[in-house]
Amino acid sequence: MDFQLSDDQRALRAGVRELLAGRFGRDRMRAALDAGTGVDRALWRELGEAGFFALRLPEAEGGVGLGLPESVLLFEEVGRSLLPGPLIATHLAAGPVKGAAQGEAVVAVLDAGQPVAHLGEADALLVLGPGNAARASGGTVRDAVRVRDAADPVRSIDPFTPLWRVADPVEGGEPLPRGERLRDEGALLAAAEQLGSAARTTEMAVQHAGEREQFGSPIGSFQAVKHLCAGMLVRAELARCAVYAAAVTADPVEIAGAKLLADDAAVRNARDCLQVHGGMGFTWEADVHLHLKRAWLRSGQWLAAAAAEEVLAGDLC
Amino acid sequence: MDLAYTEEEQEFRARLREWLAAVLPGLPAKPGPDDWPGRRAYDTAWQRMLYDAGYAGLHWPVDAGGRGATPTQHLIFLEETERAGAPYVGANFVGLLHAGPTIAAEGTAEQRARWLPPVLRGDEIWCQGFSEPDAGSDLAALRTRAVRDGDHYVVSGSKIWTSHAEVADWCELLVRTDPAAPRHRGISWLAMEMDAPGVTVRPLRTLAGSTEFAEMFLDEVRVPVSHRVGAENDGWRVTMVTLSFERGTAFVGEVVACRRTLDALAAEARRSGRWDDPVLRRRLGRLNAEFRALWRLTQWNVSEAQRAGGGGGVPGTGGSVFKLRYSHARQELYEAAAEVLGADSADLDREWVLDRLSSLSYTIAAGTSQIQRNIVAERILGLPKGR
Ligand SMILES: Cc1cc2nc3c(=O)[nH]c(=O)nc-3n(C[C@H](O)[C@H](O)[C@H](O)COP(=O)(O)OP(=O)(O)OC[C@H]3O[C@@H](n4cnc5c(N)ncnc54)[C@H](O)[C@@H]3O)c2cc1C
Repeated sequence: MDFQLSDDQRALRAGVRELLAGRFGRDRMRAALDAGTGVDRALWRELGEAGFFALRLPEAEGGVGLGLPESVLLFEEVGRSLLPGPLIATHLAAGPVKGAAQGEAVVAVLDAGQPVAHLGEADALLVLGPGNAARASGGTVRDAVRVRDAADPVRSIDPFTPLWRVADPVEGGEPLPRGERLRDEGALLAAAEQLGSAARTTEMAVQHAGEREQFGSPIGSFQAVKHLCAGMLVRAELARCAVYAAAVTADPVEIAGAKLLADDAAVRNARDCLQVHGGMGFTWEADVHLHLKRAWLRSGQWLAAAAAEEVLAGDLC
Repeated sequence: MDLAYTEEEQEFRARLREWLAAVLPGLPAKPGPDDWPGRRAYDTAWQRMLYDAGYAGLHWPVDAGGRGATPTQHLIFLEETERAGAPYVGANFVGLLHAGPTIAAEGTAEQRARWLPPVLRGDEIWCQGFSEPDAGSDLAALRTRAVRDGDHYVVSGSKIWTSHAEVADWCELLVRTDPAAPRHRGISWLAMEMDAPGVTVRPLRTLAGSTEFAEMFLDEVRVPVSHRVGAENDGWRVTMVTLSFERGTAFVGEVVACRRTLDALAAEARRSGRWDDPVLRRRLGRLNAEFRALWRLTQWNVSEAQRAGGGGGVPGTGGSVFKLRYSHARQELYEAAAEVLGADSADLDREWVLDRLSSLSYTIAAGTSQIQRNIVAERILGLPKGR
């Protein structure tokens, strides 16, 4: 047993972090926010070229031939960087949906009863079957444009994630191979994004606590602040172990646990980070609200707490 | 990232399982919680069996009489013994998990030869005399004095919360050898014989009703200078070695036990019909996520130690992260148990009720949660020292 990152995995993570810092660093991120632009097609294609979407496709099919643990490392970096777009759905659709692997197509996801993110920018739509991680019943692909014609835009809490409400149940469409794994894998990758966000907000809080002075000392020397930060680290590290282990085992129960803990870490860490930032934390200017809003959204996607807890309860004998 | 055990590790596990299956059915019944002589006899007999089978001091270095097993093998050992329902390390805790490793790391050749083999064989029991009435979290405030008199120290003062003091033969004792030095500099680490003249042990009753720990009064107790481990006044550094062992792998078996308890709670809830309550069911589901993740965190820490070439325990700050989360999770587990039991949670004879009471100590003993948060914030996150 060697439950640590391999050298290749470390290199992969560093490479993605560098790519995202170069193409979606803080300035670009804020510019995209101000411009209200959604999916950046040029960046999407660049990610495609870098193998982001085709990571798990076999090499014989033009993919990179890596596994879930590597995907998790990619999506952890996405979570850190706040990169928007239906990256998970497109990643999952690489192969079955033409152009997804190369970053030519944007694929959104529809889960019954949930608003659809980025529907307006999508070329195709993954439709999840009902069920939870233990008993997911497959998925299909639909043409996104046809669905959009019958959908209404929702004013989204996350300024980076436009949402659409789809009124009619979407039926038909082409069934996907391995569709029953969609919800599991989507939940795991969403958990990875939450992990990245939780780790990032911990860093942001620690940095601020070390710099901001009150009463003649850095606020990080005050125990009330220190203990908030320590709690953030503990949440993020427990979530990290849960997410990485679930990526190795791909076990639905373990994935449900990872999603539950990572949702908790992302949301609560963002809230604590906001608190550590004081008044500054309540401004549009600080990035922490962007992490919190995305974390809230992701908590409801793929596998929300109630369903995850039922999966985990069902595992007890 | 690899959770698969190597062939060698699997073989180790299989041999251990076989041995456990062979010896456990022959064990006598566990003595009651306040039967101290009985508990000592039981725990030391088990240690002797481990010794004879070659499993004693698995994680200790070979030159200290241990087996020099890898951290992963140690993990497997703790997992399997717990899973099989083998006796817990019990009264041997301090000797095996921190006094022993500390002597192995810091002691002289004579000290190792004198103290380590009896710990491994289960012949001698150690206790930990660190805390004092006025020095708990602030351990460096300790006042018990040791004054040099020829080749002896004369020790006076008092210690408190000393677990297993009633049955211990030796005590790892922190004393102040230089009252004039800055607090952290004037401390020494001594091995004190519990039956030396001047040592009085007065049992304290815990909130669970048992006598788990005791007060210790030291009245001019003579301790040979040769029983000092590490240099005079260098005891604080030695202590940090001790404490890192304490938090390292001490809780591995318990995580496995908590998962078993969780299964048993679910079974009980199903039997009594409480399972139909979705709030309770989901609460147990969340605890399942918690204990699974704590197990993965353990594997993560062990793998990290193994990569760092660490034989032995898993010292380091990772232990604080684990201890913080685990101690609270364990309390949550028994709160959920009380909910499963309903009205029966008031019955001290029902399973889990005493455990609920004992779990209250987890956020206090071995460094309180507040102190662990300070450690995480200052040593891992690098936040400035507090005021
Ligand atoms: C079951 C059990 C077994 C034990 N066994 C042993 C043993 O064998 N040997 C031994 O030496 N000791 C033992 N202890 C003692 C244990 O290590 C201490 O109880 C513990 O370190 C806390 O010290 P204290 O009891 O003096 O509490 P205090 O230090 O008085 O703490 C009281 C409260 O104040 C808080 N506090 C204190 N300082 C700070 C700070 N700087 N910042 C924030 N909060 C703070 C604490 O977190 C706690 O909530 C045992 C304790 C228990 C409960």
